[in-house]
Amino acid sequence: MSTPTSASDAEALIDNIDNKGFMFRVQGALHRFPWLSPLLVLIIAMIVFTLLNNRFLLPANLSLIMQQVSIVGAIAVAQTLIILTAGIDLSVGAIAVLASMVMAKTAFDQGVPGPLALIIGLIVGTAAGALNGFLVTRLKLPPFIVTLGTLGIFTALTLIYATGRTVQSTELAPILKVMGNVIKLGPFTVTWGVIMMILLYVIFAYVLRNTAWGKHVYAVGDDPQAASLAGIRVNRVLFSVYTVGGLILAIAGWITIGRVNAASPNVIPDANLDSITAVVIGGTSLFGGRGTLIGTFIGAVLVGVVSNGLSLAGLDQAYKILAIGILVITAVALDQWIRKVRS
Amino acid sequence: MSTVTTLQPIVQAKDLLKTFGRVVGLNHCSLELYPGEVLAVIGDNGAGKSTLIKCISGAETPDSGEILIDGKPVSFKSSIDARTAGIETVYQNLAVAPALDIASNMYLGRELRKPGFFGKVFRQLDHKGMKVKSKDEMTRLGIGTLQDMSQAVETLSGGQRQAVSVARAQLFGSKVIILDEPTAALGVRESNQVLKMIEGLRDRGLPVILISHNMPQVFQVADRIHVQRLGSRAAVISPSTYSMNDAVAIMTGALKVEEKDQVLGPVRGA
Repeated sequence: MSTPTSASDAEALIDNIDNKGFMFRVQGALHRFPWLSPLLVLIIAMIVFTLLNNRFLLPANLSLIMQQVSIVGAIAVAQTLIILTAGIDLSVGAIAVLASMVMAKTAFDQGVPGPLALIIGLIVGTAAGALNGFLVTRLKLPPFIVTLGTLGIFTALTLIYATGRTVQSTELAPILKVMGNVIKLGPFTVTWGVIMMILLYVIFAYVLRNTAWGKHVYAVGDDPQAASLAGIRVNRVLFSVYTVGGLILAIAGWITIGRVNAASPNVIPDANLDSITAVVIGGTSLFGGRGTLIGTFIGAVLVGVVSNGLSLAGLDQAYKILAIGILVITAVALDQWIRKVRS
Repeated sequence: MSTVTTLQPIVQAKDLLKTFGRVVGLNHCSLELYPGEVLAVIGDNGAGKSTLIKCISGAETPDSGEILIDGKPVSFKSSIDARTAGIETVYQNLAVAPALDIASNMYLGRELRKPGFFGKVFRQLDHKGMKVKSKDEMTRLGIGTLQDMSQAVETLSGGQRQAVSVARAQLFGSKVIILDEPTAALGVRESNQVLKMIEGLRDRGLPVILISHNMPQVFQVADRIHVQRLGSRAAVISPSTYSMNDAVAIMTGALKVEEKDQVLGPVRGA
C-alpha cells in the first residue's frame, strides 16, 4: 500500500472506501430482504417490455399473466416451505395432478358428489405429501431421492387411475371448475384460481412470519442441530411441512382444473422445475433457512412476465427459456454472495 | 470448612456408569455442584468429560447411577427433560441458528405469543416483547452494544454469539448453566468477555459447570476443579492450592491427591 501523495490519490482512496461501504450496505440489505433483487429485476423487466410493446401493460394482458402464473405460483408455495427446510420436492407437479385426477374421476366415474370428491382429492394430495414426509424423516433418505422416486410413483398412479384419459369440461362436477370462474376487478379479469393462489401466499406468509411453527421451519432448515438442541422436534416439523405441502399441492390441482377447464393426467409437465425456478429466483436459498414467500411470489410473477413479454415482443420461446436460465444462475450466485455477510 | 459441608449440592451425580459397547465412558463417576460456584471440569480427551456432562444435561442416559437435583432423584430421557428441571447447556459449537435473528434464537422452541385474541386464535408471536426482553438480557450480560435484536446471529462476532447462547440459557429461570468449551472458538478478547460473563453469572448466584481445555481460564474463574481421568473423578482440587502443572499431572495419573487434600465440599458458603 502506497501512501497517497496527491489530493487525487486521496480522493481515489476515499472513493474506494465509499464504494466498499456501498457494496457492503447492498449486501446487508439483500441479506435482510432477499426479495429486493428479484423485485428490482421485475420492475426493470416490466419497463423494458412496456417499451418493446405497449400492449404489455394493458389490464387484459396483466390479467392473463396472473392467470398463467396461478398454477405454478400455488405449487411454489409448497415448494418454498420445503426448500426452507433445506429439502426439495421433485414430485410437486405429480401430486397436484394426482389430486386433480382423483377429484375429477371420483365425481365422474364413481358418482361421488362434487364437494365430497373435492375433499377426497385434497386428502389424497395431503397423504401423498405425508408419504414424502414419512420417507424423509423415518427412512432418513435425502429429499431429492425420495421425491425423485415418488415423482415416478405418483405419475404412474395418476396414469393408471386415469387410464390415460382426460375428464372433459362437460363431465366435470361444477365445484371442481369454480377456480376458472372470473371476477371483474375494475379493468382486471381475475379468476378464482388467482385469488386462491394469492390467498395461499397471504396465509402462509403470515404463518411463516408470525407463528412458532414458522420460526421452527426456518430453524430446522438453517441448522437442524441447533434447532434440535433448542428443543424443536425436527422430524415432526419436517413431516408437517411435507404434509401441509401436499394439501397446498392438492389445492393447486384444483386450480389447475379450473384453469385448463379439464382434468388431464398430462397437464403441467414442467411444474416441478418451474416451481423450483420461482423459489430460487425469489431469493430463497436452496441450502435452507433463508427466504420468503413474498420473494417466491415475485419470482413466479417474474417468470410469467418474462415469458409473456418476450412473446409480445415477437421473440421465440427459446429466448424465454434462455432468459429464465440466466435468471436462475444469477439468483443462486447472488445468494452465495449474500450468505457471506459478516459484520 | 467443615461448617459449610452440610450445604446441599444443587446437582449431584452419584456413581454413574455408562458404556458404549465395550468402551467404558463413565466408570462409577460422581460429581457435585454447589450453589453459587463455578465448577470446572477438566480432563484429557476420552477421560469422560463429555459423557459426564451429557448425562447431566440429558443428552445421554447413564446405565446405572443416580442424578439428583436439589437432593431429588431425576431421570432425564432427553435434553428437554433436563431443561425443564432447570439445567441449561450451552454447547461448544454455538448452537444457534445463524440465519435467524437474535430474538428468535433467544426464544427458539419457547416462543412467546401475543396475549388475547391474536395470540390464541391466530397463534401470533409477540415479536416486540421477545425483542425487548432479549435486549434486557443481553444488557445484563454486559453486551449492551448490540442494539438491533432483529439482526441475524451470523452477523455477530463469536463472543456475541456465545452471549446469545448464555443469555438464552439464563432467560428461562434456569438453576444451573453448563458451558461446554465456551471459548474454544474465540479469540483472546472475546474469551475474556465470556469469562467476565461467567463471573457475572456466579455473582448473581447462578452456579456454572465449565468444561474447558484452557488451563489459565479454568484457574482464573473456577472455585473448584473437577479432574476427570479414565472415566471417573481423579480429584477435586482448589485452584489456589494446586498449580496448573499439578492439574495436568492429575489428569495424566502422575499425581495422586489424597482425599483430605481435595475440596469435595462447597467453598462458597451461602
